[in-house]
Amino acid sequence: MTATTKGAPLIQVRELTKHFPITRGIILQRQVGAVKAVDGISFDVHAGETLGLVGETGCGKSTTARLLVRLLDPTSGQVLFEGEDIAKRRGERLKALHREMQMIFQDPYSSLNPRKTVGSIIAEPYAIHGLYAERGARKKQVQELMDRVGLNPEHYNRYPHEFSGGQRQRIGVARAIALEPKVLIADEPVSALDVSIQAQVLNLLKRLQREMGLTLIFISHDLSVVRHMCDRVAVMYLGKVVELAGGDQLYSFPRHPYTGALLSAVPVPEPAGGKRQRQLLTGDVPSPANPPPACRFHTRCPKVQEVCRREEPLLEDKGGGSLAACHFPLTEEEVALQLPAGLAGSTVAAEG
Amino acid sequence: MSPLLDVRDLRVSFHTEDGVVHAVDGVSYSVDTGRTLGIVGESGSGKTVSSLTTLGLTRSRSTTISGEILFEGEDLNTMSADRLRRIRGNEITMIFQDPLSSLHPFYKVGWQLVEAMRTHRSIPKAAARERAAELLDLVGIPDPRRRVDQFPHEFSGGMRQRAMIAMALANEPKLLIADEPTTALDVTVQAQILALLDDLQRRLGMAIIIITHDLGVVAETADEIAVMYAGRIVERGTAEQIFNSPQHPYTWGLLQSIPRLNTPRGQELVPISGRPPSLINRPSGCFFHPRCPYVREAHKRIDPRLEAVEGDPGHEVACLLEQEVRSRIWRGLQQGRTPAELAALAQPEAVSQTGQAPSLAEGPSA
Repeated sequence: MTATTKGAPLIQVRELTKHFPITRGIILQRQVGAVKAVDGISFDVHAGETLGLVGETGCGKSTTARLLVRLLDPTSGQVLFEGEDIAKRRGERLKALHREMQMIFQDPYSSLNPRKTVGSIIAEPYAIHGLYAERGARKKQVQELMDRVGLNPEHYNRYPHEFSGGQRQRIGVARAIALEPKVLIADEPVSALDVSIQAQVLNLLKRLQREMGLTLIFISHDLSVVRHMCDRVAVMYLGKVVELAGGDQLYSFPRHPYTGALLSAVPVPEPAGGKRQRQLLTGDVPSPANPPPACRFHTRCPKVQEVCRREEPLLEDKGGGSLAACHFPLTEEEVALQLPAGLAGSTVAAEG
Repeated sequence: MSPLLDVRDLRVSFHTEDGVVHAVDGVSYSVDTGRTLGIVGESGSGKTVSSLTTLGLTRSRSTTISGEILFEGEDLNTMSADRLRRIRGNEITMIFQDPLSSLHPFYKVGWQLVEAMRTHRSIPKAAARERAAELLDLVGIPDPRRRVDQFPHEFSGGMRQRAMIAMALANEPKLLIADEPTTALDVTVQAQILALLDDLQRRLGMAIIIITHDLGVVAETADEIAVMYAGRIVERGTAEQIFNSPQHPYTWGLLQSIPRLNTPRGQELVPISGRPPSLINRPSGCFFHPRCPYVREAHKRIDPRLEAVEGDPGHEVACLLEQEVRSRIWRGLQQGRTPAELAALAQPEAVSQTGQAPSLAEGPSA
């Protein structure tokens, strides 16, 4: 099921932290605080797998993606790509890194330059890296790519505004796979698309992953989409990874109360089948500029105890291959109550 | 008894430089007190325009509106702007998708609530302010007395949406129209807002129209559902009918193209091919035919009407396929067959030998 443990992990994230300073004053700026967007996270990504990052607004999932490709530099911690710290790469070596890791963005409207033709947008990586420089070769290659992602190669000279949202997202995908990267990071790639178009793009990503042997890091707030796409899933809350588990394990037996609440909150498109005891969280996500001490979830947690306000739980093995950062992980009975019918314990039963 | 809101054959078209946009094309629906109608569709399906028109918000020189919008027997479409203003925000209210752009950034939230009340009834300022705090409390905003004196930017996304709902409830409306009320929100907050709407409906007994693209949201909230495509209702029925025995190929497509939490993981998604049509140059015949896997030649010419589904009272569909063919295709889809495999079932040859052509329909199920 999982494409794990084939030698060393492709990407190792170690205690990665990113704080954005909050400053006051116009000329003499002084720092008055920090938004702790990512606050000490560690995980591995194995070659060929799809790792999902889920969480709500402000949990740090997009910042994590930007740190992985070094669009941002970390405050502390490391990202090791094939064993080498990417923060130490400079010049040509950094350029080489970007050949290996590419990104697809959420908004297909703002991530494409409106004044360039589709052909030149997709060819840009080749221009940067000086590939297919011979006359005509680049165009031929770009048209092949367009065909591969399901765009009409004859539309080479059109502009982004002539395409629909789904087609624009395909342009973004074509640009990202142009250099045949090893890793593709997709940051909410279907959130801006209509339901009937979402499936087209998701199927395209899955097909490309199969064909090219891509490692995919898939970021989304939509738990159903992540379940569909990912082998392993990391759940983030306020800059921390609170649970990390295999896809089936996470969805059938979540251990962290936050994961349980997330799954419980997802509306199920079935009028009767989805009935369950909703675990409604109260309030909103606290500000990452001033996160609660100890366990960050304690202000909203239904299982909160005194110790949760004092001691920060570590991300550790809670059995069945699940890592969770919680003093009082969910029990089977609680999971059965909260989750939509047909989800809780489904895979456990199938295996037993 | 006639329904609270009864929309009959509503048509809305906008005259633009590019041509006439037929945003809503002959839509009829109704909703009763205490009930929830869900309108589902993708962008450009006309779901928002039809509800804005209900409130007279699409009236302009370049818009043509026809049909009847009967609210308690009065036609909102022909009503004077003055009279309509007295109903809008009072008896019919609306909550919008983006709470930040629907609240005025310069005024305190409490002031905006007070204004909503004092526009429609004469109550003293102090009493209105008191009620504003009560309303914020009702929608679950903590510390409402302090919050009434805050500005929208001091509220989080979920709280702004709650404040919007509070404003919509200020005058105890008979009908609440919620246009994508939770699309901008996180799932945990979405669950809170949906539970809140449900609770308020039970307590205040209002009718709700919920407009969304999210099938999960309608399944959990709506009693009746109308599926819209290219300005028309293509299928209508109770929530159970739409989800358990959908009839229209577009509804099948929607249901099959979303990943769900409770289906096996490896299952391939079945997208709807192509994309929604232009509302200026609409396809001939059935508007869905360019994307429909089960299209016949005749469907490109004949325009289907919304007709009752036999043996299923209250369920209506606008599809030219025979009911029997539709149910065989839907059974096949549920068994995991692809639309391409089942397309042959819809062709006239297969239909003429009904009974003798079980090759695909009743084939061995996996």
